[in-house]
Amino acid sequence: MNRDEQLRMYREMVLIRRLEEASAALYQQGKIGGFLHLYIGQEAVCTGIVAARKPQDRVITAYRDHGVAISCGVSPEAVLAELLGKATGTSKGKGGSMHLADVSLNFWGGHAIVGAHLPLAAGMALADKYRGSDAVTLCFFGEGATNIGYFHEALNLSKVWQLPVLWICENNRYGMGTAVERASAVSEIRLKAEGYAMPNARVDGMDVLQVRQAAERALDAVRASGPFLLEVMTYRFRGHSMGDPERYRTSDEVKRWQKDDPIGVFRRHLIDGKIVPAKALDAAEVEVEKQVEAAVRFAEESPDPAPEALFEDIYAEGAG
Amino acid sequence: MAIITIREAISQALWEEMERDERVFILGEEVGVWGGTYAVTKGFYDHFGPERVRDTPIAESVIVGAANGAAMAGLRPVAELMTINFAFLAMDQIVNHSAKLRSMFGGQFTLPVVIRAVGGGGRQLGATHSQTPDVIFAHFPGLKVVAPGTPQDAKGLLKTAIRSDDPVLFLEHATLYQARGEVPDGEVLEPIGVSKVQRPGRDVTIVTYSKMLQLSLQAAEQLSAEGIEAEVVDLRTLRPLDMGPVLDSFRRTNRAVIAEEGWRSFGVGAEVAARIYEAAFDYVDAPIGRVAQKEVPLPYNRQLEQLALPQVEDIVRAVREVV
Repeated sequence: MNRDEQLRMYREMVLIRRLEEASAALYQQGKIGGFLHLYIGQEAVCTGIVAARKPQDRVITAYRDHGVAISCGVSPEAVLAELLGKATGTSKGKGGSMHLADVSLNFWGGHAIVGAHLPLAAGMALADKYRGSDAVTLCFFGEGATNIGYFHEALNLSKVWQLPVLWICENNRYGMGTAVERASAVSEIRLKAEGYAMPNARVDGMDVLQVRQAAERALDAVRASGPFLLEVMTYRFRGHSMGDPERYRTSDEVKRWQKDDPIGVFRRHLIDGKIVPAKALDAAEVEVEKQVEAAVRFAEESPDPAPEALFEDIYAEGAG
Repeated sequence: MAIITIREAISQALWEEMERDERVFILGEEVGVWGGTYAVTKGFYDHFGPERVRDTPIAESVIVGAANGAAMAGLRPVAELMTINFAFLAMDQIVNHSAKLRSMFGGQFTLPVVIRAVGGGGRQLGATHSQTPDVIFAHFPGLKVVAPGTPQDAKGLLKTAIRSDDPVLFLEHATLYQARGEVPDGEVLEPIGVSKVQRPGRDVTIVTYSKMLQLSLQAAEQLSAEGIEAEVVDLRTLRPLDMGPVLDSFRRTNRAVIAEEGWRSFGVGAEVAARIYEAAFDYVDAPIGRVAQKEVPLPYNRQLEQLALPQVEDIVRAVREVV
């Protein structure tokens, strides 16, 4: 992978981190309503995986969706505007934090019912296969979603119909506050794919280059022979959402994981490997900070949706 | 003009729309090799092939979920649920996804999905297989809910539903498949969200739909012999609900009975009566009557089942009370 591409990925991870920090601040100021689920700690997952997709490949994810949106090319302006419920947001202010999408970028949301988007992914992949396209649908979900019926119905159907889906389990160890081994009969989630005779792999999600390489291999496998489950081992540094008392883990555990901060790991790799000098990385970080500041301004200055928008976009034809 | 059954009407609609548009495909339990548990898709598998007539596992939430996903990606799936009772297993996909995906993402895409499901009691299938829960689905903005009672409407409304860019729940009645009626030759399209007077009359308005349309027409014949001329208005669509023909009729008759097969509580009768009172209170000459199912889980025993289901006699009696 060339230097420019690695610098781009580094910049993307830092952008997600800064954007999430800005979101947290806006939430504390009472400017964001509802729930806010931060992606901090998991940046290498969406950055590495989405970097491996082709433009025709669809991406769909769960409610912790800000990072995935950025990796798919959604602007920080449109993300923050949606978080603030503005008319300029990705979903015109009707979706909020959990429902970002930009289908022109093949990013199909942001879905907040745990597991419910897995059948949607199967259906989109079916549509691509039906038309004879070689597109793959990349479907992200947490390990907590693998205990619900949807996961099993969707994996089974994808295998029976040989649908081009890359199932990506972001195993961040906790479904809200319940540790994986307290909720799942097997804590190595990839083993669940074995029950559906589906090829699978597990990768370190704190190392963006390993994630990307694993995703490239998995996507090749999907295009060649059908669905594949990739389990990505990761960790969220913040709570499940902004209202998380974090009684279920110790601060020592969080600190241990923070030593493997995916941005720090990648930064050391770029500097120690003499791929990108520290000065260039620092310059990228300064640029990103300015970009996020501008995005915050854009979102705050954007208008709320007009009252007439209340009845818009519910039906394509006629009224309900 | 040909006389055909509702089963034939639905089958013709599916066949014609699949011939017309490559994007239309069917998925569901036993729709293919078996030919449909109610024989609606008999012959489809051999003609259209396994890619377009897709047998699924017995897994309702992924049937509707995959249909939603395929619709997001631009196909026009027709998902068949073997019965409406199994729709409860797919409830999250229907109410949280079919009904909401478009608006929740600011109208970025359309969701041209049709969910066909058979409902209704009267076949001694026991409480979990005999429900008429139509109103539950009509509660949710974002869905369209269609429930025809004649072969012409079954054909014309299903064809319109398949061509619609919005999600449509298409409700069929298990005891209506053999009902016969005239259907025009050539293209038949009926509009969604338009109620229709199925029998003119001057003395009382019977508002109904689906299976109860047939019973209401029989009741109207009996009443006619007594000198009471009932006008029968068929809603055809529960959402969007077209009150126009209902109110026009009521302003002439000043009396109404609403006949539905589902339970009375929070039902179609309650909704339609409230709307009549709101819009035409000055025209009310008698309390509006409601005919509905007894408030019990439907029993297996034939006599008990029929006792619980609304009958022609119940409609006749209700009309006599308001005129």
